[in-house]
Amino acid sequence: MASDSTATLKRTALHSIHTALGAKLVPFAGFEMPVQYPTGITAEHNAVRSGAGLFDVSHMGEFIVRGPQAVDFVSYVTTNDVAKLAVGQVHYSTILNERGTIEDDCLVYRFADHLMIVVNASNIRKDFDHISKYLPRFDATLEDVSDDVALLALQGPKAQQILARHTDVDLESIGYYHFTVGTVAGVKDVIVSRTGYTGEDGFELYFDPARAEHVWRELTAKGDVTPAGLGCRDSLRLEMGMALYGNDIDDTVTPLEANLQWLVKLAKGDFVGREVLQAQKERGVPKKLVGFTSGERAFPRHGYPVFYENAASGVVTSGTMSPSLGTPIGMCYVPTAGAKEGSTLEVEIRGKRVPATVVKPPFYKHASHR
Amino acid sequence: MAEIPSDLLYTEDHEYVKDTGETDVVAIGITDYAQGELGDVVYIELPKVGASFGAHDVFGTVEAVKAVSELFSPLSGEVVAINDRLDKEPALVNSDPYGAGWMIKLRLRATDERDSLLGPDEYRKHIGQ
Repeated sequence: MASDSTATLKRTALHSIHTALGAKLVPFAGFEMPVQYPTGITAEHNAVRSGAGLFDVSHMGEFIVRGPQAVDFVSYVTTNDVAKLAVGQVHYSTILNERGTIEDDCLVYRFADHLMIVVNASNIRKDFDHISKYLPRFDATLEDVSDDVALLALQGPKAQQILARHTDVDLESIGYYHFTVGTVAGVKDVIVSRTGYTGEDGFELYFDPARAEHVWRELTAKGDVTPAGLGCRDSLRLEMGMALYGNDIDDTVTPLEANLQWLVKLAKGDFVGREVLQAQKERGVPKKLVGFTSGERAFPRHGYPVFYENAASGVVTSGTMSPSLGTPIGMCYVPTAGAKEGSTLEVEIRGKRVPATVVKPPFYKHASHR
Repeated sequence: MAEIPSDLLYTEDHEYVKDTGETDVVAIGITDYAQGELGDVVYIELPKVGASFGAHDVFGTVEAVKAVSELFSPLSGEVVAINDRLDKEPALVNSDPYGAGWMIKLRLRATDERDSLLGPDEYRKHIGQ
């Protein structure tokens, strides 16, 4: 493993901008990334919920798949039904191994003549090696273009009106989880995707990293876009009950256990992990990922022990004090019998067990995504 | 640069000790450097008035979004006041650590303990500033 010393960390094309803004930079997935800017995580969180925030998420990985069987290949190495994707559409999916557990979660974009898979930064190498194993069975090519792509996420209810100042692309016509390619801030061939990880309306922009500083400056020039770091990205996604790879999902759980059964299309034909999932679906899952809240002031954090019916049942996979709600929220795996809405758990917070109640995410119900 | 007022005393754990004007009663909180490192404070667990602590005892907990940290009593004494405002406005610890963000007031048991605390210059050195 590479050490976390900053000398070995990769930097995104926006590193100097983050430094100039006074960001607190931390090692994340092999990159030196902004966890927050001087305004702080709570203010950034609130700016995304009420206005617009701009995230540098260029550390994410992108693979391009081409060839006559590109769709068949991606459908084989992911769980969602790629053949159902229209050109200009994107969907959320998972990449499994033969044990049916999750190697990664990803987005799949369908272009007229190719597909793009977007994966977590920490898994780029692992995913590429993993799905490459299945490539020889298909007439398709796979290319890792992660280092050639900058990714900015403009998120918040005002994202469209702000982005509209910088592009002729008809943003109104791009539906949720759809995309187009156009010119933004004078930069050509930008993928403009109505997606995000915050629950708010917003766009993710994929483009040439050589133009990253220019696009960032243009979008933030008027002062109505708040630079937003990974800290608020985490609290925003958790309020929506969205899973984070490495916390809530990993290769010890299946998508059925992780409440991601909606990403698993058993009827689409064969895919990696299908047999295991088919069997698990018939048998039933032993545990399930649930959301929970509590009335306490101290709040649950990743790794705190969870008890169901007085027996240790696992740990908190994600937890925080919800900035929007002002109450503790979290996620954890519990035995299926305890996964029902309203069932009672206990979370051990620094030696003291406090009651928690299973609720159905999203925790935050007023998000603007559409 | 973190603010380090010259009229306060400090601990290596980043608490400060401030005179209140009342003999042998000091206000205790965390330093500007500490709040900056912690980030947004969202909850502070404080003791009850009347509780007694020895020097280095844990007197409370401060929870920020990204980290949780115990609070150590710089000196020994009895809690004579807690800052009730922090219950509703924990972010005062971030915005005004040495003023409205104070945490407890302690009636000192042994005033000579102060000699063990760091002066402003020593504290500045301690945080490498």
